[in-house]
This record gives sequence, structure tokens and C-alpha cells, in this order.
Amino acid sequence: MEDRSILELREMAQEYKYDFKDPYLYKEVFDKGLNEEKVIKISKIKGEPEWMTEFRVNAYRIFISKPMPTWGNTELLNKINFDDIHYYVCPEDDHKTSWDDVPEYIKKTFDRLGIPEAERKFLAGVTAQYESEVVYHSIREDLAKQGVIFTDMDSGLREYPEIVRKYFGTVVPPEDNKFAALNSAVWSGGSFVYVPKGVKVSIPLQAYFRINAKNMGQFERTLIIADEGSEVTYIEGCTAPVYSSQSLHSAVVEIIALPNSKVQYITIQNWSKDVYNLVTKRAVAYENAKVGWIDANIGSLLTMKYPSIYLLGSGARGEIISVAFAKTGQHQDAGSKIILAAPNTSATVTSKSISIGSGRASYRGLVKVYKEAKNAKVNVQCDALLLDPESRTDTYPVIEVHQPNAAITHEATVSKISEQQLYYLMSRGLTAEEAKTLIVHGFIESFIKELPMEYAVEMNRLIALEMEGSVG
Amino acid sequence: MLKIVNLKAKVKSLDKPILNGVDLEVKSGEIHCIMGRNGSGKSTLGHVIMGNPDYEIEEGEIYFNGQLINELPTNERAVAGIYLAFQNPIEIPGVTLANFFRYTTKKFYPENIPYPQIRKKIIELLGKFGIPEDTMRRYLNEGFSGGERKRIEAMQVLVYKPKLAILDEIDSGLDIDGLKQVVRYINEYVEQNPESSIIFITHYSRLLQYLNPNKVHVMIGGRIVMSGDMSLAKEIDEKGYSWLEGNVVS
Repeated sequence: MEDRSILELREMAQEYKYDFKDPYLYKEVFDKGLNEEKVIKISKIKGEPEWMTEFRVNAYRIFISKPMPTWGNTELLNKINFDDIHYYVCPEDDHKTSWDDVPEYIKKTFDRLGIPEAERKFLAGVTAQYESEVVYHSIREDLAKQGVIFTDMDSGLREYPEIVRKYFGTVVPPEDNKFAALNSAVWSGGSFVYVPKGVKVSIPLQAYFRINAKNMGQFERTLIIADEGSEVTYIEGCTAPVYSSQSLHSAVVEIIALPNSKVQYITIQNWSKDVYNLVTKRAVAYENAKVGWIDANIGSLLTMKYPSIYLLGSGARGEIISVAFAKTGQHQDAGSKIILAAPNTSATVTSKSISIGSGRASYRGLVKVYKEAKNAKVNVQCDALLLDPESRTDTYPVIEVHQPNAAITHEATVSKISEQQLYYLMSRGLTAEEAKTLIVHGFIESFIKELPMEYAVEMNRLIALEMEGSVG
Repeated sequence: MLKIVNLKAKVKSLDKPILNGVDLEVKSGEIHCIMGRNGSGKSTLGHVIMGNPDYEIEEGEIYFNGQLINELPTNERAVAGIYLAFQNPIEIPGVTLANFFRYTTKKFYPENIPYPQIRKKIIELLGKFGIPEDTMRRYLNEGFSGGERKRIEAMQVLVYKPKLAILDEIDSGLDIDGLKQVVRYINEYVEQNPESSIIFITHYSRLLQYLNPNKVHVMIGGRIVMSGDMSLAKEIDEKGYSWLEGNVVS
């Protein structure tokens, strides 16, 4: 049965008229749109175990039964045409184990993404996502020796079925929201990371993503498990070329930080300005574990992303540092969720947003303190910078406290660049654009400081690029 | 170097005329002092020369090295060699002094000079003006004392080496020792850069005793009503401004 359905699919693929931008053959191309049969086929074509097929089908049913969110940018959300999206595409290449074997055009893509030479030394441990399938993957030997698993999610499911089954979908269940359900039904690619007890991974694990096709949906699924006393940093950097039609990117990231572990997840999101970036990122932190989300949203048409940390064990700590960059036409609806459910837990949230032209940045934050969370501490700081008179920022904080001795602070500031600040800097030779860029750099300095050196350089360059032509 | 002809300017937002026909010529290598009471328009003159967007030129011309600069953007005036030390430097939270200098010096130093070399020089100059090195990590003018602001504004003359430096009320906020020190370095700058010119704007004559200006001007009601040499400053020191007010033709 299985073989036959794959055969059928291959025939379907051959009949398909290729109209993608890259002169590139896809191994399997599905028609646009989604139904239960297709969800089953995705699972079968990947050769997944029965439980995953069931998980996907169940998630699909939840997806169709859930209405669109009625909050956030509903106008843009309701423009998504789910029938006009491809849900599964994979390149013809099989997994590569060395850089030399990576196809030339993909290397060129990395060139265009501007990955600096200095970072390529890290590439030995890279997961590069091209379309929906991981085409390049290898693990540095020292990582393998330490027992660290860093692979794409599909391989993870094949090679480590017990670990995956134990944790997959436990942090972000399909019921969580419509887009988490969609991802659960059609996920492909993403990373699977397992760090064994007591292992401290000294280099950041990195993944590069790219959307390349018209109306292409990307549904990565990332699962990171840090076992007791381990430490790991994961970096996800995304850029995408600009296409006129809308794309949907709906990822799910789950982090499990077991007692005394430390996990840091860094994202630099720079999707093209037509991408819907609707992402569910959540972490659970057990006793004395520490989780950090470092999150930059620069690209996309609409981002809706609220990295969350559930502090479930005594003494667990969370940190969320985010930057959102909203230019004309963009809406960055970002924020954070901190749930404190154990004694002596603490969290800090630092959110910075910059609105340019008619760009709109929103901060949506939830702090929830359960009565179990004695001595809980949370500090939230939201700063917005408006560059132009038509720029917009909104803050929607929700604070729910059931433990009387919890210490919660929330501060929000909105500032504008004044004409006199620009004049002062211009009197020292800077153009208006350079002056604004300098002020923006200053505004997000505390974020840049958190990034590894190469990323800080890349981020600075990205901001300078974003600021180009921002002065009317 | 600088030639101003019948300059009339107003505050844009208030539609209020401030400069009512200023004529001024500063030749290369000269030191000028512009004196006047608060509200006489002397600070406005400095800002209009620099191109402050708060003001609008209604009439007249500003020439710098023979070029009409009425419409020139502020940054191009700066790069052309005009520097204004602000009476009230603007606070820019988030921008450290180090980042400020890293960006601005690019406009005044050749590309082949590596930044660490420039940075070293800036730290030296800060030290010379009595500003500790760790100030580089502080945000531009935020929480700086009046004295610190003035020292850093004056010190930037030595960083950017302008052809024309306008020092607006550099004496206010500085104690006598601080003032002497600042003026000494500015005088040294002029000695070492004999082509450069300086305009001091002040309403106190105490500054003048440390200077040897080529010309002293008095501004009243948005015009230069009298020009002379040091003896004019001495007369103002003795008699104040009121004896001049009768001379103003409205």
C-alpha cells in the first residue's frame, strides 16, 4: 500500500508544471491546498511511524475546526488563502554530509544571504533548510563524541523515535492555536537537538532557513531537549528573497530545559516583506534551569510571535530579549509570555521596537504568576522608538498574579527621534539617514550585546541596510 | 571665509523674526567676538549659519568660502568646515560618546587612518580637557554637567579641525579655571591652524580677557549695531549695553 501511494505521488509530481524561480527539479511536488488525504501522504512519503501519522491527522482536524484568531492584525490574517499554498516541497538532493557535496546553487544562496566567512567555520554543524527539506547536514565530530544530537527533525524522528515520541508536541500541543495545529499537520524539516546530561556545548548550533518558491509554505518543527545540567545555544537566522505573492511561514519550536540546564535560542528573522511569519515558540524550564529567547524580527509582512517560557521548577529562570523592526507595510506583532508556576522563579523581558514610515509594532505580553510561585520576580521593560510621524506602536500587557508576595514590574516607554537630535548629529557631519541609524543602533545596543560576535556584525549590517532610504 | 549679507531669519514655528538684517564678514585666520544680551539674536545667528531647521531664512545670503550656503544641508556645511559648539548640546540617550565619535570622525578623517588610532587621539583630547576616558561609555550629553558639556563641545574643535568654529556661550557653565583651559586650547588651535577662524558668542566680557580678538561686534534686536576692537568690549564691560540701545534704528 505504502509503496504504491508513493509511486502515485511520483507520477503526480512528474505531471506537475514547474513554475518555481529556481531552475530546479523537485522530488515531490504537491498541488496547492490541503486535505486529510494529503496530510497522510506527507507522512507516508516520509516513511513515518503510525503514531506520527495519527498525530498529523488529529492536528489537521484541529486546524480546520479552529477559527482564525480574532485578535492581532485580523485584516492581514484573513487574507491568507489556505487553498493557495503548497504544503510540501522537497529538493531532489538527498542529505549531504560534507560542504563539498552541497550543490553550487545552494552555496550561492548562502553567498546572497551574506553569511560572513568567519561564520563558515561553524558551518560544519549547520542545518540548512532549502525549501521544505534539509539538504545539508553534518555534525562536528566533537559534538558527536559528546553524544550531542543535532539533526533535522525528520531524521530525528527516524533515528531517535523514543526521545522524539516522548517530547514531541508536549510543549506546544496542536490544540494550542490554529497555526500550531497547521504546523503539526504538515511539518517538515526544522531541527532536533538533544544535549545529554552535563554536556556543555561550547559552539552555538546554527541553522539557516530560506523560502524560495512562490506561495511556498514553510512549516519547520524544532525540538530541543537539554538534559540535566547541560548547556546549549541554538541560532536560527533567516533571510529570504522578495517575491510578490504572499508566503506563509508557520513554525513551531519546543524547548525542554531539564533541571539545572541552560538553553539559549537566538533568532534573526529577516523574511521577505511578503511573508506571514506566524510562529509558536515555547519553552519549559524545570528546577534551576535557565531559558533565554533572543529574538529579532526584521522582515516579513506580518509577524505574530510571542516566545513563551513556562517556569515549572523551583528556581527556574527565564529571559526574553526581543527587537522588532517595522517598516512601511509591515506589522510586527510580537511579545512574550512568562508563566511562573513554582517558587523562587524569576524572569526578565526586554522588548524594543522601532517603527519606520507607516510601520506598526505591537507588544503583546502576558505575565502569569500561579499561587505556587512564592517569591516570584518578573521585570518587563518595553521600549518603542518611532522614527516618523505616521509610525505606530501599541502595547498590550496582561499581568495575572495569584501569589501575593510576587514582585512584578512593568515599564513602557515610547520615544521619537526629535528634529533637534538629528540637527545636532548632522552638525557633526552625519547625513539624516546616518544620524537615524546611529540613534537606532544606540536604541537596540542592549540587544546586540547579547549576540555572538559574528551575528552582532551581521545584525548591525542588516540594520544599516534597513535604514537605507528610510529618510524621505 | 564667511560673509553674511543682510540676513533676515525667523523662528519657523512661531513665525517670529529674530535676525533683522545681519551683515558680517570673517576673514581667514580671524577671531571674532559677538556680544549681546539674551534674546539679541546672537545664538540664532550661529544656528542659522549651521542650518538649524527651527529657523527659516527670509532674506539675505550666507557665503562660506565664496559658496552660497543658504540651502545647503547642515551635514554638508559641517563637512565643508563649519563647526558649531552648542550652547545647549542635545541629549541622545542610547548613543554612547564612543559610538558618536566612531560615526562622526569618518566624515573628517581619511579612510586609511584606522579607527583605533583616531579613538586614541580622542581619548587624549578628552583627557586634555579634563574629561575621564570612561565618559566614552556614557550616552551623549545625558546627565553631563554643564561644564562637561562645554568642555566636550569645545574639545570637538580639535577633533574635526573646522575652518570656521562658532563657540556659542562656551563660557557659561565653566568655572574660571575651566574657561581658561578651554580658551587656551582654542587659541593654540588657531596658532597651529592659521587659516582657521573662530567666532565666540557671549554675553559676558569676562571671556574676552583671555582672547585677542580681531573684531568685537555687538548685537541688539537681531542686528550687529556696532563693531570695533577690544576697546569696544572694554566699554561694554564698563557701561553695559544700554548706551548702545539708543543707536538702534528700528
